[in-house]
Amino acid sequence: MAEQAHTHEAHAHAAPTGFIRKYIFSLDHKIIGLQYYFLAVVAVIVGMFLSLLMRWHLVWPTAKIGWLETLFPAGAAGGVMTPELYLSLMTMHGTIMVFFVLTTAPQSGFGNYVLPIQIGAADMAFPVLNMLSFWITFLSFVVMIAAFFVTGGAPLSGWTAYPPLSALTETGPGQQSGQTLWILSLALFSAASLLGALNFITTTLDLRTKGLSLMRMPLTCWTWFITAILGLLAFAVLLAGGVLLIMDRVAGTSFFVPGGLVVSDKVINHSGGSPLLWQHLFWFFGHPEVYIAILPGMGVVSQVLSTFSRKPIFGYRAMVFAIIAIGALGFGVWGHHMFISGMSPYSAMAFSVLTMSIGVPSAIKTFNWIGTLWGGKIRFTSAMMFAIGFVSLFVTGGLSGIFLGQPPVDLFFHDTYFVVAHFHMIMGVASIFGMFAGTYYWFPKMFGRMMNEGLGKLHFWITFVGVYAIFTPMHYLGLFGHPRRYSEITGVNYLAKSGAGEIHLFMTIAALITVGAQLLFFFNLFWSLFKGKKAPVNPWESTTLEWTVPSPPPHDNFGGYEPVVNHGPYEYSVPGAPKDYVMQSDPAGVAATGH
Amino acid sequence: MPFLLAVVIWAVSLGLAIPFFTRTWWFPQSINEHGRQVDQQFMFTLVVTGVVFILAQAALGWVVLRFGRPRAGAANYSHGNNTMEVLWTSATAVLFIGLTIMGQRVWARVHFMGAPEGAIPIELTGQQFVWNIRYPGPDGKFGALDIKQINDQAGNPLGVDSKDPAGKDDITVPTMAVPVNKPIELRLRSKDVTHSFFVPELRLKQDTVPGMVIRIHFTAEKVGRYEIACAELCGLGHYKMRSFLDVMEQADYEKWLKEHAPQP
Repeated sequence: MAEQAHTHEAHAHAAPTGFIRKYIFSLDHKIIGLQYYFLAVVAVIVGMFLSLLMRWHLVWPTAKIGWLETLFPAGAAGGVMTPELYLSLMTMHGTIMVFFVLTTAPQSGFGNYVLPIQIGAADMAFPVLNMLSFWITFLSFVVMIAAFFVTGGAPLSGWTAYPPLSALTETGPGQQSGQTLWILSLALFSAASLLGALNFITTTLDLRTKGLSLMRMPLTCWTWFITAILGLLAFAVLLAGGVLLIMDRVAGTSFFVPGGLVVSDKVINHSGGSPLLWQHLFWFFGHPEVYIAILPGMGVVSQVLSTFSRKPIFGYRAMVFAIIAIGALGFGVWGHHMFISGMSPYSAMAFSVLTMSIGVPSAIKTFNWIGTLWGGKIRFTSAMMFAIGFVSLFVTGGLSGIFLGQPPVDLFFHDTYFVVAHFHMIMGVASIFGMFAGTYYWFPKMFGRMMNEGLGKLHFWITFVGVYAIFTPMHYLGLFGHPRRYSEITGVNYLAKSGAGEIHLFMTIAALITVGAQLLFFFNLFWSLFKGKKAPVNPWESTTLEWTVPSPPPHDNFGGYEPVVNHGPYEYSVPGAPKDYVMQSDPAGVAATGH
Repeated sequence: MPFLLAVVIWAVSLGLAIPFFTRTWWFPQSINEHGRQVDQQFMFTLVVTGVVFILAQAALGWVVLRFGRPRAGAANYSHGNNTMEVLWTSATAVLFIGLTIMGQRVWARVHFMGAPEGAIPIELTGQQFVWNIRYPGPDGKFGALDIKQINDQAGNPLGVDSKDPAGKDDITVPTMAVPVNKPIELRLRSKDVTHSFFVPELRLKQDTVPGMVIRIHFTAEKVGRYEIACAELCGLGHYKMRSFLDVMEQADYEKWLKEHAPQP
């Protein structure tokens, strides 16, 4: 195969010396991983900024913000945010966070950087494809941001873009070119994700070094591998759905638009489509997407908890099976987003049972994490604290899912703030805690310098308490029946009576403080890049292969040498071993290993 | 550090849990049998998840506290315990799937069974950003619709066909009146995009989907005025798309029907 031959050749090449080939159009998985990571950093700053504007508007809907008009001349004439601008910000916040942060950093960012080194490979299987998938993702981000600046502004149909709202230009401002760009961006993103997924799967299956059997892979590799399979199956469907939706908008087809519609007194010339078809396609992607966002975080947390407990991971095999089970079940539960959509009420029962079943592998993971800490000698690094925080958030966000997985209870909570609380806790902040843990843990390897631990811990304390303060009250708003995606609650009697206004105020203040605390992180990140203490090869006394190569690793990772793996991934505190950890590549005789 | 972290984990968990038990912020009171059943299922779920939540967070805090403090000796070299894996896997499976099966009954009552005999038919049609409510009138039949005859100004937002005799006595209004303790069958439609009919006190929510007629039923047991909200994002006016459900005594309901009957 010509391509494979090319790949091996690329490995053999010396490192490129020109700036453009080295840092821009790089074929090195490490540089591409960092490109993804920093793209996610830019995206998360945009996404956070949008959420602050939304929180501000929810509490002070008539506030005049001078510079807002400069940014959004139509949506904020006179500096006052219109309901449609609020919905645009909400749509873009959700989309940017889900795709360009939660999908981009944990899988494409950390995965690209760390997976090849952890499996003892010199690069990904298809470096050119890897570069291509990053640059398509980048283009997709540019197209997404461009949606803000076209006539009518960004779309207001939410990150779920239900048609006919998203299919017809007549349904509101933002539903013109903004919505078209939005779909185009997601189609590009899907294509890039497909390329990335193929690369991850091939790399994991084909490029593992000698001795690294699947059941000796670090759990991080398992989660990237399973996430890639999910991505391959899910993004293909989103891509198809996106193409159909764009056709409905520009080519006069009617996949998602039924006949006989009248929008603002205008008869719509479409017939025969089904709005529910989009929901099925979208959620067939959308639910696995939740696991695409969280699985890599679970991998990082397992790695970090084991390392800093100085203990092997509790129940490695059970963890692997749980990851696989979550991935497999994840494709059978999309209908729990549609209990009230008008689909057959009988199918709701099946979706409900499958949904609740997914709680089982999730519970296994939680128990095993606590089992890993049990009997350990815990080292409280910033990475470890974020990993412990992840477990707490995962429990909280997971258990609210038990309410939503039951159709009769979901009936009340569907499209209320209870759902917003649930998915922010688990898919949002738990995943982000995984990224923070990954950043504090791998930063020394990536940049050859240590991050400031004091700042890291301060960042943890404020963020951990802060996210609970922001998202806990949303559960109570859900109890009132407070619908989500309302730009204000003025005039809604049952909310005004219940004190929802005060709760919103509390959450907005908590959000301002918590977002402010992220400046500590960004400062630490960029300051440490240049001024951090020099990092040794293995600062955390970890066991996996990336800690055997210099920090940062050379162009081809192992300098032409092929490592041999003799041990399981988490051999800490092995009785009789000279140190309290046995590297995966240590000679076989170092100590008896329990596997 | 271990002490502080354990305390913070416990504090945020209690902070989340306590208002659920003191019911500081709570559901609006339900006004029908279905609502009470939903509340009961919610309470079951709350107890189960509440216990799991407290135990899990307490355990997390405790291991941090217990194994975070400096101590002599090495960490425990263990790769796990199969008995425990089997135990907690089965326990969660039984607990979670048991809850689901319990809840199916409540779901089935509203969604698998049609409205009882003699239920009053009412049609509810969503439109950006109002609800249109239609009664079939004394003949009990809804008139045919013709989208070409839609005329908001002339009081015909749904396009009731002027040539269909069944439509002559149809009543189209912006708020919904129902008699107390009488079963109602709702037929949900949409003119433009997807909306969602939501009355918190009825614990009832159902999307209204363009191109579909979806039937649900309820019996309100308490006289009063309740808000009908839109729960599915439908455009810029979503937050103010609202109507009212007026539950009244039978006599008042009949009077209301007469008052709103179309003038011949």
